[in-house]
Formats: sequence, structure tokens, C-alpha cells
Amino acid sequence: MDRKDKIAKRAEQEISTGQVVNLGIGIPTLILKYLSRKKEVVFHSENGIIGMGSHCNRSEADRNLIDAGGGYVRLEAGASFCDSVLSFALIRGGRLDLSFLGALEISQRGDLANWIIPGKYAPGIGGGMELAQKSKRLIITTFHNQKNGDSKIVPECSLPLTAKACVDRIITELAVIDMIDGQLQLKEVSESSSIDDVIAKTEAPLLVNESEIKQF
Amino acid sequence: MNKSVSAQKAISSITDHQQIMIGGFGVPGTPFTLIDALLEQNSRHLTLVKNEANIAGLGVSKLIENGNADCLITSHLGLNRVVLDLMNHGKIQVEFNPQGILAERIRCGGAGLMGFVSDIGIDTILAEDKQVIIMGDQKGILEKALRANVALIHASTGDLFGNLCYEKSARNFNPAMATAADIVIAEVEELVAVGEMSPDQIHTPGAFVDYVVKIDELTHEYDILEDYILG
Repeated sequence: MDRKDKIAKRAEQEISTGQVVNLGIGIPTLILKYLSRKKEVVFHSENGIIGMGSHCNRSEADRNLIDAGGGYVRLEAGASFCDSVLSFALIRGGRLDLSFLGALEISQRGDLANWIIPGKYAPGIGGGMELAQKSKRLIITTFHNQKNGDSKIVPECSLPLTAKACVDRIITELAVIDMIDGQLQLKEVSESSSIDDVIAKTEAPLLVNESEIKQF
Repeated sequence: MNKSVSAQKAISSITDHQQIMIGGFGVPGTPFTLIDALLEQNSRHLTLVKNEANIAGLGVSKLIENGNADCLITSHLGLNRVVLDLMNHGKIQVEFNPQGILAERIRCGGAGLMGFVSDIGIDTILAEDKQVIIMGDQKGILEKALRANVALIHASTGDLFGNLCYEKSARNFNPAMATAADIVIAEVEELVAVGEMSPDQIHTPGAFVDYVVKIDELTHEYDILEDYILG
């Protein structure tokens, strides 16, 4: 299993029956691959689908039915369509129980930066700010480190923020880290890693209570 | 009442330097037939309002690549490297909005409101150039309403009065944009007589629509994009 799948599989455990959930582009979309059939979950897509299913194959694809990343999707029973105004009323109005987003940087206070690297990468915001600010619970699914090895979890974000103090939990290929009372706390360590390894690869300070840390 | 005209006749309402809203989120709901008529008419110095710029070589991207637009008011260009490059080289000025804020600015424009106050982006660089309003112990950004001279809309079914029904995820920005322009042009896949649509199935009442254009042929642009079959 590659790193992305490992993160997605662990992230699936965060979803429970009855929730309204939004999956961001990238690793979050992979979570559907691991979703337990026993869970009854309503997936929301920013382009106006409430009750979206998984990506479909060519024979099932409908030219009028895509997710917010452009992929062709199925519908679940009970699904409905709405326009962009209502779709974001659902987000900003606080009706999303859970959202998963990716990250470029996360600060020790739970600030998120994931939409712009000035001068290098500026594709726009999309729905990210509204999802980050208004979801009842925000989980970041991301690689633990940048391509050059630098930590993505840092004392202070150097990139422009998506939203301040919005992150509730971070799931990487190495660890599960929670925001508790304004501090990052290590909760779980991957079976292929160790507490010392996670601390060494994390630039931000982590609270570590060794006796309580689980393995995933 | 009969608002049905050709695409060319409807698009002749557009002149240089106008602000044009274009519905759609990806392929679904993008009015490709009206965009082609606008490309043919070759109006210049337009400001376009669209959620994204489709993908390179398709839909609104063709207008931008052809130099018809000076400005683009949008939400996300992540799927269009060509337009991002044009932006980075200063060939087009781009204003990014959070997606739901873009939708709500259009809704306000269509509802006769001047704007609204929102805390989205309040702690970010997006707040820097905007007026911040203090309401009690809360801070919010004043977001201005957005209107256009002309809106280009795609619907699956319409009648001669301009009542419209959208299909699946092709609804997206179309209903809001259909309220927010001085002239609203809707292309429809199926055109029916007044009275044939059930009043309960009408998403946009014809009172908002000025011209209805029957799509002659669903060109390849309306088709499924093979690269986005991910299942």
C-alpha cells in the first residue's frame, strides 16, 4: 500500500453513519475506496450534489454528473442537486459535519495554508476557505513532509493562510496528530514509524504522552 | 410569447468592454454554443465571470486564449494550465474569489442588493484590499454584489417564454447568473411550447430570461472528457 492509500485508509475511520461529509481533491477523494459499506454517509460536492457516490467507469458516466474535481461520479439513493448558492449555504451555514482537505503547511496553532505559493502556484481558492472555516470538524490528510524533507507541520505558516485555527486533526503516513486546547498532541504513530521518528520529522512542538499513543 | 432567436442574434446584444457572466462548473452547464457565437462575433476587452475557465481549448478558455477577455472574475483555475500561464504573463487580469462568495455576490446582484458581510477569508490576504466591517465583537468583509451586462446560461429544457430546467450537476452557477444580468441569454437542449413544462419543475422562471437559443447540435464539447473517467 502506498503512502496515499495508507493515509486514506486511516482517514476512513473518522467517518461515521449519519454524517454529511465533504472530500477535498487529492488524498481525501481516495477515502471513498476504503469506505465501509456499513456506514450510511452523505457526501457533499461543492458543485451542487448532496448524496454523491464514488467515481464511475465509462459506461456509467453521465456528461452532466461530475464532482468538484471534474471526475464522473455515481449518485447514492436519496441524492439531490442544488445550485452553487445553496451548496455553499450548506457549507457556511454549518451543515457539514466533517471535511477532509490537503495542506501545504499547518501551524502549531492549527492554522492551514493550502492554496497559494506566491510566485509559483496560484490556481485560486475554490471552496477551500469556506470548507476550512465552517466545517464542524476539519481533518487534514497530507504527507508528513515536503518533497525536500521539510516538515509540513511548522511553528508558524510561512505561506498565506487558508484559514486560522481551523484544523482539528492531522493524518499523515507517519502519525495522527490532534489540536487540543491550542496545542498539537501526538495521538497515533504508524507501524512503520516511531515516536522518535515522528518528533524528528515534525518541526512544530508536539505534546507526547507515550503511554496513550496507539499504533495504526 | 416567443423569445426564441438564433445564437448569432442573441449574442449581437454583446458589445466590446462589457461584463459577461457564463454559467457552468466544468463541462456541465457551460453554454458552449453561445460561447462559440461570441467567439465568432469576436467582441474584445470583455470581463468574464465564470467559476473556472474550463480546460485548455474548451469553452471559456477559447475566448481567453483568443484574447477576447481582459479580465476574469473566477474561483479556481487549477485544471487550466494555459489560462494560468496567460495570467502569470500578464495577458489576462484574474480576480479570485472563494467559490461560495462568488456565488453569493452574483445572488446579491440578482436580488437587487448592494452586497453582504462575511467572515470568510477574514484572517487571510483576501481581506487586505477589502473593507472590513465591525459588527459587535465580530469582524467581517464587505463583499460587493456582482452583476453583468449579459449572462450566458445553459439549461437542459426551456420553453418559448424562457422558463428553464437544469439537469443534475449542470445547475451550478446558472440559476444565480440568470438573475444577475441586464440581458439573459439561455441556450437549451430541448425547446418546448409554453405550458409543456410543469410549473414545479421550473428552476428559473422565464421572467428572468430575455432570449432562448435552441442548440442545433450537441457538439463534442458537451461530451464526456475521457481523462476524467476515474472509476
